[in-house]
Amino acid sequence: MVNWIWMGMIVVSVLFGAANGKMEKVAEAAFGGAQTGVTVCLGLVSILVFWMGLMRIAEDAGLVRKISRLLAPVVKRLFPDVPAEHPAMGYILSNMSANLLGLGNAATPMGIKAMQELQKLNSNPTIATPAMCTLLALNTASITLVPTTMIAIRMNFGSLHPADIVAPTLLATLISTGAAVIIDRWYRKRNRFPPTSTLIHKDGAASHSTTLYNPSAPTGGG
Amino acid sequence: MISWIQILSTWTIPVLIAFIPLYASFRKVPVYESFIDGAKDGFQTAVGIIPHLVGMMTAISMFRASGAMDAMIGLIRPFLEGIGIPGEVLPLALLRPITGAGSLAFVTDLIKEHGPDSFVARIASTIQGSTDTTLYVLTVYFGAIGIRNSRYALKVGLLSDFIGFFAAVAACWLMFGLV
Repeated sequence: MVNWIWMGMIVVSVLFGAANGKMEKVAEAAFGGAQTGVTVCLGLVSILVFWMGLMRIAEDAGLVRKISRLLAPVVKRLFPDVPAEHPAMGYILSNMSANLLGLGNAATPMGIKAMQELQKLNSNPTIATPAMCTLLALNTASITLVPTTMIAIRMNFGSLHPADIVAPTLLATLISTGAAVIIDRWYRKRNRFPPTSTLIHKDGAASHSTTLYNPSAPTGGG
Repeated sequence: MISWIQILSTWTIPVLIAFIPLYASFRKVPVYESFIDGAKDGFQTAVGIIPHLVGMMTAISMFRASGAMDAMIGLIRPFLEGIGIPGEVLPLALLRPITGAGSLAFVTDLIKEHGPDSFVARIASTIQGSTDTTLYVLTVYFGAIGIRNSRYALKVGLLSDFIGFFAAVAACWLMFGLV
């Protein structure tokens, strides 16, 4: 998909440039764009170096574990089919805490470990379980406390208050994460068939009858 | 309400910067050494983005310079501006779930064109910062364990991105009003 978007933009640009007689500007923009790319990344160095240093302190101080403990009661409700003492739960909590702190580099390996543990609870290893879908939903929405990259870029372009997007970002991220949880819940209820029963896998088919036909359906392969 | 939000924006970072080392030294962490250790990764991360951002910035700058961007935005603008959404940010809503570097480049381009403190740039920054790249996360997490049927996961991710887009616009309206 990315390949098509990238190539598409370049090809369309050249065609448009030819039609509008702006070929010279298009050529200029190609190199100008490359230069901006480098300038922006170098501008990120200062903030990323500082912020990742600060976050390492947070990590070493056990802040991830601390936040995990605070999140535990909420998170357990989001994963009703994962036993509380299962190792998956620990990784899920670390993943979410790291995300919250903006520790992307730490969050991903934790998330993958959580997925591997959830896979052990899965009866069909090629089909996602509801718990996996929930974990994925939380990671795609990814609650952000401090949008460091955006602050850095705005700073580099001379913003008067580069950090004034913190509050709207927090608000937006809370709403979209809330939405992700609710939508995930809705799909989870609607698709309450054992993940292995491909016979009644069609979306939109009366999901209620599905539950009726499988009264003892294992809740989400877990 | 508004002043409360402004305080949140202004205070979050300084409070974190003070609280984290304080908490850590309370837990007997050698804070400065930890800082230096972590800071080394920051450079790697910033330099690691260069190829991605150069590739995407080139394509987007060409797209804008050729007039294709204006043509595309001109088509969608009337539908969006009636409900208070600047037409310029719509391509971002489409790019954000697909490519993190592409959407970052797009936001950078908007900041460059309109100024970092413009309403458009603030909305775009909020959209970029408040969510992760759905397709990328799906590929990495499910790819790592060999899941081929992701069931409804993609739909959930895209729908929440869609809601997040409007939430970002609304949050900026609430915070910055008419600019």
